Amino acid sequence: MDAVFLARMQFAANITFHILFPSISIALGWLLLFFRLKYLRATDPQQKLDWLRAYRLWTKVFALTFALGVVSGVTMSFQFGTNWPGYMERVGNIAGPLLGYEVLTAFFLEAGFLGVMLFGHRRVGEIVHLGATVLVALGTLMSAFWILALNSWMQTPAGYEIVNGQFHARSWLAIIFNPSFPYRLVHMVLASALTCAFLLIGISAWQLLKGVATTSASRVLRTGLVFAALAAPAQMVAGDFHGLNTLKHQPQKIAAVEGIWETTRGAPLLLFAIPDDATRSNRFELPVPKLASLILRHDPDGELKGLNEFPSAHPPVLPLFWSFRIMVGTGILMLLVSWVGLWRHWRDGWEFSLMPRPLLKLFAGMTFAGWVATIAGWYVTEIGRQPFIVSGLIRTSEVASRVPSASIALTLAIYVTLYVGLLVAYVGVLKYMSEKPEKSSAAVTSEDLAQDPLRYQSRGEFA
Amino acid sequence: MMLMSFDELLPLIFIGLMGVSLLVYVVSDGYDLGVGMLMHRATPDERDTMVASIGPFWDANETWLVLGVGLLLVAFPKAHGLVLSELYLPTALMLVGLILRGAAFDFRVKAKADRKAMWDRMFIAGSMLASVCQGWMLGRYISGFGEGWNYPIFAGAIAIALPMAYALLGATWLVMKTHGELQEKAIEWSKIAWAPMVLGLILISMATPWISETVRLRWFTLPAMIAVASIPITTSVALLTVRLLLGAPAVRGALCWLPFALLVLVFFLSFLGLSYSIYPYVVIDRLTVWQAASSPESLRVILIGVCITLPVIIAYTGFSYRVFRGKTIELDYA
Repeated sequence: MDAVFLARMQFAANITFHILFPSISIALGWLLLFFRLKYLRATDPQQKLDWLRAYRLWTKVFALTFALGVVSGVTMSFQFGTNWPGYMERVGNIAGPLLGYEVLTAFFLEAGFLGVMLFGHRRVGEIVHLGATVLVALGTLMSAFWILALNSWMQTPAGYEIVNGQFHARSWLAIIFNPSFPYRLVHMVLASALTCAFLLIGISAWQLLKGVATTSASRVLRTGLVFAALAAPAQMVAGDFHGLNTLKHQPQKIAAVEGIWETTRGAPLLLFAIPDDATRSNRFELPVPKLASLILRHDPDGELKGLNEFPSAHPPVLPLFWSFRIMVGTGILMLLVSWVGLWRHWRDGWEFSLMPRPLLKLFAGMTFAGWVATIAGWYVTEIGRQPFIVSGLIRTSEVASRVPSASIALTLAIYVTLYVGLLVAYVGVLKYMSEKPEKSSAAVTSEDLAQDPLRYQSRGEFA
Repeated sequence: MMLMSFDELLPLIFIGLMGVSLLVYVVSDGYDLGVGMLMHRATPDERDTMVASIGPFWDANETWLVLGVGLLLVAFPKAHGLVLSELYLPTALMLVGLILRGAAFDFRVKAKADRKAMWDRMFIAGSMLASVCQGWMLGRYISGFGEGWNYPIFAGAIAIALPMAYALLGATWLVMKTHGELQEKAIEWSKIAWAPMVLGLILISMATPWISETVRLRWFTLPAMIAVASIPITTSVALLTVRLLLGAPAVRGALCWLPFALLVLVFFLSFLGLSYSIYPYVVIDRLTVWQAASSPESLRVILIGVCITLPVIIAYTGFSYRVFRGKTIELDYA
């Protein structure tokens, strides 16, 4: 096995595992704030209790998600250096400050206030506690801002100059707000909204099927449905804009996504095909005539550049072609399910007891749909940048590690084992937490309403 | 001493920032890794209290590692490449330990009750693995990644000594944050960990000049030697005071914070000693700070950010410690 390939696999494994958690926590932080505000503003005791229960369950989900995001993120911060030492040596002047600002403005903010948010209830009072929740949620957004700025710069570099093979910053504004950044940021934030919405939908539906916490679960399910029904179409629009932007700056990526080998006027949209890099053609094509040109050029006879225009500098076609279809397919499915669900719910007079069980089962089955779409989307953008690490400027193979491949293989095996184990545990614990029977409302005391997870006895001065 | 231009000064500012970040990391994550390692001697109820005592802090503590390594990556990319490829496997194993610990921290109270013991074992194992790897890395780093029969022994010794130091730090943290039976236990643990830690520190102090000629010259030249001597003298006084306090009744009451504070001082002094030994190198005898540094303009960009954010970070970290001051009682987190 060659070291570059192993380094790539290891990095891919790590970012795949990592993105699962931010894709939930970016949006979940804001939803927790929503639950908390609902709880504070409710006057009816049953309603108050419902929102409180929702808040407590989802705070636990957030804590767990956040912890896994942190530990996999720490690993990632090391792997930038261990797997791609040449990358920092060449573009450190640009990537360094962006990563530095992420740590300084986002990580510390999240980590610093997470303790107050999770354990500080009775120690700080409601206003400060809400403030801590807002800061944690802002921290996750800021984290996304900086890391996506860097990733987008690698996709569509701007604002730099090269002196003796070293990259130097010419304009930080141009670097941060590079051509693909606004699109990628919006696309990722919406992806998180959708992922999170379906997690709410799926887990609440599961609770309803099991007859657990029904009143609280139905409120959360409704929140999730509304949230998803709004986010899904918005994501389609954002994705379309993002695709057009990619066509402008990375035409080889779009050519691979569409499976177009030869430059074509009136290119078809392939619903199915098996692209073959060896013969440089597709097998088993199932085309919709002229549709790709129509979508991408807004003209049925528009011209799309083919892969043969980019000899030895285009990404592998098969994984890109299929990742894209999985992403879009899952997105369409999420749109349909959320709209059908909401329509049905409206027709039932907002009464979940009338919701047919097969539909609830479908919701539960879609719990992690957002993960599938998010990972597929990241594969499109990351594999689509290959063979470059910085589009058109630096090849990934040039900057790979000089560590012996046996070491990389060993650590890869350890990481993958660990990640699979943690993922199974994570899903298992989500299931367990959602099924846990609650105290009956009579047994809930004012103590519970104050919800103080850690009780301390204040002992005067020393911290 | 010639006056340096600001651009020449920048790498020095950054090596200082990086050193301080790693020092804060070692002290803060040191106590929570230490508490994690001590858990194997505690009852299930005590374990809950122990985890509760570090609950609000561990995440922010770990962020200092990201900042320290981030600064190494950003400010000294050449050194980062060298250090992390030399330490590739121990780094990966340390990360595995940190992942296990961070995950177990949350899983232990959320998973089924009968799985709790398993997650506790993960928590303990992760804390140990991370600490041992950090000790090994420190040992290899101090010796400049030398090759030869004595180098692995030296690194191995530090791989044992650093977890001991962490355990002592964790135990004194518990003396400060708990009361009653658990506090009694923590005092006992502190006494047990004290001797190996002191022995380790003495051995390392003796072995370091032996293993590196650069350090030897740095330490044993007059008149600097007299100034340097203040470091081991203060350290000895602090460590002896800690031992005396552990036997005193006051440590159960008003002075419960003092052993921990004195140990933080010991870590700080060791850090000063190490910095003095290594300066002006990033990697001893191989790379100076100026050889390894990034371009002045990108360092300036980061410095602006550091100047603005670091005071804010320190302020809200202080706020967080203020919120959770006093004794930890129990955990009702699930």
